[in-house]
Amino acid sequence: MSLNTPYTPDELMTVAAARCVENDDVCFVGIGLPSAACNLARLTHAPGITLIYESGTIGARPSVLPLSIGDGELCATALTTVSVPEFFRYWLQSGRITVGFLGAAQIDRFANINTTVVGEYDAPTVRLPGAGGAPEMAAACERIFIVMPHSRRAFVERLDFLTSFGHGEGGDHRARLGMTTKGPVKVITDVCVMEPDPLTRELTVTSLHPGTTREKVENATGWPLRFAGELAETPAPSARELEVLRRVRLETENAHKGKEQACPPR
Amino acid sequence: MVRFCSLQSAVEAAVHDGDVVAMEGFTHLIPFAAAHEVIRQGRRDLTLVRMTPDLIYDQLIGAGCAAKLLFSWGGNPGVGSLHRLRDAVEHGWPRPLALEEYSHAALATAYDAGAARLPFAAFRGSPGDLARVNPNYRSVTCPFTGEQLTAVPAMRPDVTIIHAQRADRDGNVLIDGIIGVQKEAVLAASRSIVTVEEIVDALESGSPNACILPHWTVGAICVVPGGAFPSYAYGYYQRNNAFYLAWDAIARDREAFRAWIDEHVLRSRPESFAEHAARVA
Repeated sequence: MSLNTPYTPDELMTVAAARCVENDDVCFVGIGLPSAACNLARLTHAPGITLIYESGTIGARPSVLPLSIGDGELCATALTTVSVPEFFRYWLQSGRITVGFLGAAQIDRFANINTTVVGEYDAPTVRLPGAGGAPEMAAACERIFIVMPHSRRAFVERLDFLTSFGHGEGGDHRARLGMTTKGPVKVITDVCVMEPDPLTRELTVTSLHPGTTREKVENATGWPLRFAGELAETPAPSARELEVLRRVRLETENAHKGKEQACPPR
Repeated sequence: MVRFCSLQSAVEAAVHDGDVVAMEGFTHLIPFAAAHEVIRQGRRDLTLVRMTPDLIYDQLIGAGCAAKLLFSWGGNPGVGSLHRLRDAVEHGWPRPLALEEYSHAALATAYDAGAARLPFAAFRGSPGDLARVNPNYRSVTCPFTGEQLTAVPAMRPDVTIIHAQRADRDGNVLIDGIIGVQKEAVLAASRSIVTVEEIVDALESGSPNACILPHWTVGAICVVPGGAFPSYAYGYYQRNNAFYLAWDAIARDREAFRAWIDEHVLRSRPESFAEHAARVA
């Protein structure tokens, strides 16, 4: 494949997310794009990475991406599997996890996120799945990456519900609440990468994806958006990254379609 | 004292209208056959407790069994919404559903406190709106350091229902693989029902540290091979991801859902789950 291999916005987003993690990271992995990104990292530049799914599977090395966080594949390939209360208390809330990926239905300029409801809590327009592990992840993981497609509906002036705390009202809000972790350090969308301003913690666009314009990103954001003085261009996915990502996704799709699958070993 | 009996008899004896019922199994070993029996017996006004409501509570909610749901993440994992849950919350169909909502860390810790027979669970909570909408999020001061911690009441269900791989003839139960919060949920409850793939002479856990519920902690044991379908039983059969994907269309439509419940629950029996069971040699 040449350097000009076409790729989708979703593939670029996944690859950009994968590049955020390093070989010695311990990652709290959610289903969907985070799982794809973390496993892509494991199969390319970070073979030593530790992946933990909230089902308590520590050091999972799935060959097929799981559809749920509790697929047998995770347990069968994990170093060890612990109970859910143990996972949250000993492993997450104790501060042993370096990286967490989150997605959301809504995000605000200080990277607080909503995964609970659209509309009023007591009479919601859309009832979303809810908190899951996210609030304590956002508090306890050393650093958080948020990955979600960019749209005006999602990047809002005001959240309908604050499920997981990012930088609160900005500035040193986390520190004032006694949190010692970094919180969201990067938001990766399908058009750009944003990082919190070092002082105000307001999300600032630091990198535009190839082919995107400032106007396009501004139009997809529900607040007056800040851009870094030196705006970078997000590096395109490499041929190797695309090849691995597509292979894993294809194998996953085939595996999830099949009704009869091999039983995991006991 | 553990009782070996049919699933029908166990549910008749242990699950009553208005009970607080926990059916646990963290994506693995979800007790679907038992939930179907609860629907068949027409239980009403249940307070359902479960970290991840999943398809099992989508079915119970859509069938009108529940008045209230205590939960921490309500979706079809990797697929999307639980449409019956959403219809109940957004439109009150087939009846309104009250919600008491937690995070995973809060609910897991609440079960842990319930198993320990403590009155509450304390943990380092996270600021956010959950505490605003759930009055059971309170705070407590550490008597040693003065740190403010979040407190939630211990989870103490009237009855907990789980599915496990196997039990021995004395009624000791083995849970293997992703063990979730089932041990805590059973130990926290007043009564319990355990459906199992099989009864064996020896549990053969393979480890002295296996997750085992001793017979004197278990209420009823019912043999229901395949009883966790379409979730899975590690070492027996795999998660049927294709069913989870197909459920989206079934649950999206009220009539399609009713027809599915009629055919696969109301006009079915626990034995029909056996076709999904298979044990690795």
